Amino acid sequence: MQTGRKRVTMTLTYLVLGLWALTTIYPFIWVILNSFRQKGLIMSDSFSLPLGEAFTWDNYLTAWQRSDFKNAYLNSFLISGTVTVCVVILAGLAAYGLVRYRFRGRGFLYSLIMAGMMFPVFSTIIPVFRMEAVMGLAGTGNRWLSLLAVILPQIAGNLCFAIIILMGFIQSVPIDLEESAYLDGCNVFQIYFRIIIPAAKSSFATVAIFAFLWSYNDLFTQSFFLRYPQERAITGLLNEISSQAGVNYGLMAASVVLVVIPVLIVYVCLQKHIIKGLTAGAVKG
Amino acid sequence: MNSMIYKKKSPLLLFLVPAFLFLIVYLYYPFFQNIVNTVMKIGGLGRAAEGMNEPWYENYQRLFTDPYMRVALKNTMILILCTVLFQVGIALILALLVDTIRVGAQFFRTVYFFPIVISATALGLMFNLIFLYKGGMVNQLLLSLGKLPYEIKPSGKMIVQWLDWKDQAHFLFTMFLPVMWQYVGFYFVILVTGLNNISPELYEAAALDGADGWKRTRFITLPLLRNVLCTCLVLAITGALKVFDLPWVMFGAGMPENRGWLTGTYMYDQTFNKMNVDYGSTIAVLIVVLGVVLSNVANRIFRPSEDI
Repeated sequence: MQTGRKRVTMTLTYLVLGLWALTTIYPFIWVILNSFRQKGLIMSDSFSLPLGEAFTWDNYLTAWQRSDFKNAYLNSFLISGTVTVCVVILAGLAAYGLVRYRFRGRGFLYSLIMAGMMFPVFSTIIPVFRMEAVMGLAGTGNRWLSLLAVILPQIAGNLCFAIIILMGFIQSVPIDLEESAYLDGCNVFQIYFRIIIPAAKSSFATVAIFAFLWSYNDLFTQSFFLRYPQERAITGLLNEISSQAGVNYGLMAASVVLVVIPVLIVYVCLQKHIIKGLTAGAVKG
Repeated sequence: MNSMIYKKKSPLLLFLVPAFLFLIVYLYYPFFQNIVNTVMKIGGLGRAAEGMNEPWYENYQRLFTDPYMRVALKNTMILILCTVLFQVGIALILALLVDTIRVGAQFFRTVYFFPIVISATALGLMFNLIFLYKGGMVNQLLLSLGKLPYEIKPSGKMIVQWLDWKDQAHFLFTMFLPVMWQYVGFYFVILVTGLNNISPELYEAAALDGADGWKRTRFITLPLLRNVLCTCLVLAITGALKVFDLPWVMFGAGMPENRGWLTGTYMYDQTFNKMNVDYGSTIAVLIVVLGVVLSNVANRIFRPSEDI
């Protein structure tokens, strides 16, 4: 009786999980399938397998030939990689300080961060643009300076979210670990690097993934600062292609796949890292 | 939390100064400048202010009398309610379910995150096709289920009364569904990581006391997840206030008939299309004020009392 009920529960669990998985997987499959379809057929018949007559590589060839994907990939990885590293370092330190120390103005700093999360990027971008133009970063036509001009506001834009997330997790790290490390003679920085980071490793990975993805997908900031062809990053390229492609949905689907693939690879690699879930064992250690 | 380790405050500077320096230069100062802009007269994006508005609070006055602003606020409030209920709700259910299984947990995690990876331009295009008026995926499905009225003309041609998913009766659903769908995986990942941080010893102890299944969830998991849930709630509220790209790709400027505005899309339209840079700045200020107020309310209600 007991096992029978358990089996029903398990089946239901998998059913619900599977249904949601279907809604999230299918669109991606749909895009891939349509990227291999003759362009005229997508509107009339977008759900079958593109076999025989309907199959084509043309969409990918056109996409690759028409646009400078290689350069855009390089720009995107330079931007998003730098943003991710800086966000993780800065946010980790700040979150640790805010969680563990009790000091005057702590509540105020916390509300500042909360407020920072609400700032829509369009509300800061115009003053930032003017400021960076004065600093000689934006609008110079120099590729590296332009990339830096995107990186800096993106770091600031991701920091608040990262700090909030890391605070939530560092709070749940048991303080006993830190106390025993302190008794063993560690100073605060050693505690941070040897106890906090390993214990909250999975949440650091989470924050890193989000920072990377948001930076990579953020069309708005990119389109503001990267105006010359050699500066263009990957989402900007996609936007350009989609505005030129018109009703050529096949070309668009192929470009989307080219844009999404690197992100998926990065995500799947780091995913394993998240799953290890080191915190559960930290109490025993 | 009042451990000896953290009595000495000097390392604190090294922890906080780098991050806050960044935030001050690239977030708070520009935002302050943005507030100044709300009382200025600014003709275009790159241009300097041409002096103060007459009277200086002109834009704020406009905020309260602008009928489209009221529309945007109403829609955004509905969106916030929906996000909190469905987005965080579905994510919580999925996270709790994934926590009970062994086989395939990793698969579900990887898969639920998919929509966030795909850029909003692509998703907008996809949902436009799904909700297409003539022969879109949803409409074809409804037709095959016999839910759409149709008549067959003597010539044999079938005339179907397609459902317009973007008309006044349905646009809220069509607009909100993709937004909510996309970010369920986002809260799911946060919640699952939070669940992983709960010590298995607690569950073992609970099992010894005879608590499992729903009781375990109700009395151990949910209370311990409260901090993380509260984080999700705040993120959902502030996220909904800023929602921009998907509705913009799908609906453009306030479709249908200026009833489809959200605070995010309305602000963008005023700033970058109508070139009302100063009025757009004012809307941005309102978005921030609303976000602070609403997430404080959420914190008051849900956050455990002893900690911020």
